Amino acid sequence: MYAVEMLGITKQFGNVLASDNVHFCLEKGEIHALLGENGAGKTTLMRILYGLYKADAGEIFIDGQKVEVTSPKQAIQAGIGMVTQHFTLVPTLTVAENIVLGYHDKHTVSKSEIEAKVKQASEKYGIHVEPAALVRQLSVGERQRVEILKALYRNARILIMDEPTAVLVPQEVDVLFESLLRLVKSGLSVIFISHKLHEVMAVCDRITVLRNGHVTGTVRKDETTQQDLANMMVGRETFGVSRQAKRETGKVIYTVKNLSANNKQGLPTLKDVSFEVHAGEILGVAGVSGNGQTELTQVLTGTLKPTEGSVSLGQVDLTQADPHAITEAGVGRTPEDRHEGSIGSLSVAENLALEDLDQFIHNGLLDQAAITENAKKYIDEFQIKASPSDQLRKLSGGNMQKVILARALCRKPKLVIASQPTRGLDVGATEYVRNKLLAERDRGAGVVLLSEDLDEIIALSDRIAVIYEGCIRGIIPTADATAEKLGMMMAGAC
Amino acid sequence: MLNFKIERTPAPRWAVVVIPIVAVLVTFLLCSILVLMAGANPFAAFYNFIVTPLSSQVSALEVLVKSTPLILTGMAVTFAFTAGYFNIGAEGQLYAGAIAATWVGITFTNLPGIVMIPLMVVAGFAGGVLWALIPALLKVKLKVDEVVTTLLMNSIIMFFVSFLLNGPWRSPVSGWPQSAEISDAAHFARLFPKSRLHIGFIIALLVVVIVYILIKRTPLGLKMRASGASLTGAQFAGIDTTRTMLIAALVSGGIAGLAGAVEIGGIHFHLIESISNGFGYTGIIVATLGSLHPIGATIAAMFIGLIGTGSQTVSRVLGVPVYLGDVVQNTLLLVTLAMFLLQNYRIKRV
Repeated sequence: MYAVEMLGITKQFGNVLASDNVHFCLEKGEIHALLGENGAGKTTLMRILYGLYKADAGEIFIDGQKVEVTSPKQAIQAGIGMVTQHFTLVPTLTVAENIVLGYHDKHTVSKSEIEAKVKQASEKYGIHVEPAALVRQLSVGERQRVEILKALYRNARILIMDEPTAVLVPQEVDVLFESLLRLVKSGLSVIFISHKLHEVMAVCDRITVLRNGHVTGTVRKDETTQQDLANMMVGRETFGVSRQAKRETGKVIYTVKNLSANNKQGLPTLKDVSFEVHAGEILGVAGVSGNGQTELTQVLTGTLKPTEGSVSLGQVDLTQADPHAITEAGVGRTPEDRHEGSIGSLSVAENLALEDLDQFIHNGLLDQAAITENAKKYIDEFQIKASPSDQLRKLSGGNMQKVILARALCRKPKLVIASQPTRGLDVGATEYVRNKLLAERDRGAGVVLLSEDLDEIIALSDRIAVIYEGCIRGIIPTADATAEKLGMMMAGAC
Repeated sequence: MLNFKIERTPAPRWAVVVIPIVAVLVTFLLCSILVLMAGANPFAAFYNFIVTPLSSQVSALEVLVKSTPLILTGMAVTFAFTAGYFNIGAEGQLYAGAIAATWVGITFTNLPGIVMIPLMVVAGFAGGVLWALIPALLKVKLKVDEVVTTLLMNSIIMFFVSFLLNGPWRSPVSGWPQSAEISDAAHFARLFPKSRLHIGFIIALLVVVIVYILIKRTPLGLKMRASGASLTGAQFAGIDTTRTMLIAALVSGGIAGLAGAVEIGGIHFHLIESISNGFGYTGIIVATLGSLHPIGATIAAMFIGLIGTGSQTVSRVLGVPVYLGDVVQNTLLLVTLAMFLLQNYRIKRV
C-alpha cells in the first residue's frame, strides 16, 4: 500500500495551470524525489498535500484512506510534516520551545519538562539537537535539523522536504542524507523536492519528473540515468526547431572575470564567475532560481558589491561602481523585481526621469515640462498605456515593465542587463519585451539576459551560460544546446 | 450568510483628503464616551472645541499663536518622513534651537532688531541641525534605528536645559530656573494690537512655502520622495539615498529648532523648561493628519491649535478635564494611522 497517493491533481492560478492531472504515489519507507525546473509545479503539488492550497480536482489518499486536507493542522494530524526552504523558527526562543510551539497539551510548560521531552525525541529519532540552545545562535544546518525534529515530534510519518540542500554546505548535506536514510529504515517516508541531479541520484529510491505542471515520468533510480532525467526535466519541442542562423557578432564589449560575491546573509553565493559579451549578441544566463542569478543581477546592476573579481565595459572598470556610475557608463539595467526596482507611488514621468535627473534641472528646480515631454516621448515609442502623470503602481504589470524598459533603453546603452524581463507578464507584453531586446541586439548592443524561463533563453539567446550553485557550469552556443546538455548543467550533473 | 473576501487594492486618490476629515469625525465619536463619563454633553463639548474659539477676533488670533510652533514642527516632521526618516526628535531639536536663540538674545544685546531677529532665526535652525546630527549619522553610517536615537536625544537635552537653568543661566534677579531675558531688540514684533500673534507666524508660513517648493519642485525633493517610498527602487535608480536621508534629517532638525527660536523670540523671551507643550510630538500628529503634504499639515496644525484653545474653554465651561484635548489629539493620530492602513483594502462580496 502506498503511504500517499495523489491522483488526478489539477490546480489553476488565474490562467496558469500549475498542476495538470498529476498522479503521484509515495511508497512506504522510500525517499522519492520530485524533480523539475522553475515553475514545474513541485512546490504547488506539495502545498496541496500539506493543506496550504486546495486542489481544483483530484483525490488524495493517505495509507489507503481518502482524506480532505484543508489546512496544515489537518495535514499534521494525518501524519504529514513539511520542512520548507525558508525556516519557520522563532530566533529568540530556544530549540525546545520552537519544537513544542503550538503542540503541547498543557497551559503552562516548565522549561525543564519540555527540554527533557525534546531530548527524548532527539535520541529516539537520532536527530542531534541542543534543546536549550537559542535558535538564532544555530547554524543553518542545525536549524534545519530543528525543523526536521519539529515535524517528527508531531509524529510525522511522511516528511516533505522542499529543496533542503539549497542552504547547506557539503558537510551538512552528508549529515542530512545520513539522517534521512536512517529515518527511512525505521518507517518514515520522504518526499524530496530538488532540481539537483547528483543529489537525487545519491539518496533517492524513485524519481518523479515534473515539467510545466505535468508528470513527464516516474522511474526507479536504477532504471534511469542522469541524461534521461535531464531530458525529462527540460526536454521540449523548441529544441528540435531550427533557430535563427548563427550570426556574426562584434568584438567583446563586456568582461566579467572571476566574480565572487556574498548574498545579503553573508554566505558566498557567486563563485568565480567569468563570461564575456560581444556587441550585437544576447548572452542568456539560464539556471534554476536560487543558484546565484539574483546576486549576479545585483552585482552587475550595482546594488551588491562583489568580494573578488572584476567587471568592465570596454576600458571602464565597473567592479565597485554604484548604479549611477554604471548607468553613466552606458549600461541599461532592469531590476529582477520590478516592484522593488521602481517607485510605485511616483508618476510614470518621474520614474522615467529618475535615473538621469541632471538633464531635467532648470535654475535649481525640476523642469516639470521637460519631464512630462520626456515621458510622452517614451510612452509613444514603447506604446505604454498610461499618461505621464499616472501613478506607476496603477499600471498593469506589462505597462510597468515597459516603463522600466524605456528607462533602461532610452539612452541607447552599449550593454543591456535584462533580469527576468517578462516575469508575470501576459502574452502580448511578453512578445513586446522580447522583440525590444532583439531590437537592441540588432542595434549593436550587447545583452545579458537572466531568466528563469528556459523557453525565453532559448528563443532569444545567441549563447547560453548555465549557472549552478554560484558557478558558471558552461557557456554554449544556442545552436548546440540540447535538452540533455542544458538539463545536465542546470541540475549540476556534469 | 454573505461571503466576503478582503483583497488588497491601491488606495484611491481622494483618500488623502477624505481620511483626515473622517478621522476627525470618528475621533469625536470615540471621545464622546469620555465626555459623557465626565458628565457633560458631547455636542456642547465639540461646539466649544471648534466654534467658540473662532467666535472672537482675540480668540481666533490666539488659535494662530498656538498653531505657529505646530506648523513648524509639522513641517519638520513632514520633511523627514517624506524621505523615510522617522524623526521623533523634533521636541529635542526644538529645545536645542531655543537654547541657541536664547544665547544669541542674551549675548548680543547691543545689536538692533533688524540684525537680531534673523540672527536668532539662524541660530535656532543651527541648533536644531546640530542636535539632529548624531542620530542622522548613526542611521546612515551604522543603520541604527532613528526612532530610538532621536527619542533618546530628547531626554538628553531636557536634562541639559534643566542644568542650564539651574546653573549657569539661572536668573540672578529672581533666582528661579529661568534664563535672563533676551534683549528688547530681539523681541519678535506683534502683528495686531491686543493679541500675542507675532511675526513668528509669518516665518512659519514662509517655511511652509519653502518646504512645499523643496519637496514638490526640486530634484532633492524628488530624491527624498523616492527614497521614502522605496529605498530599493531609489537605490536602483542611482540615487544616493544615504546623502538624501542625511540632508532630510538635518533640515528637519533645523526647522524644529526654528520652532524653538520662534517661541523664545515671540512668546516667552527667556528660556524656561516649559516652552514646549510637547510640540515636537504633536508635530508627528500634524504631519500624519496632513497626509505628509505641507498644505495639509498646515491645516492640521491650525486644527490642532483650534482644539488646544478650545480645550481650555471646554474645561472652564463644562468641567471636563483639560486633558481631554490631549486625548482627542492622540486618538486622532491613532484613528488616522488606522485609516491610512485600511485604505489599501477592499471588502468584496464573493
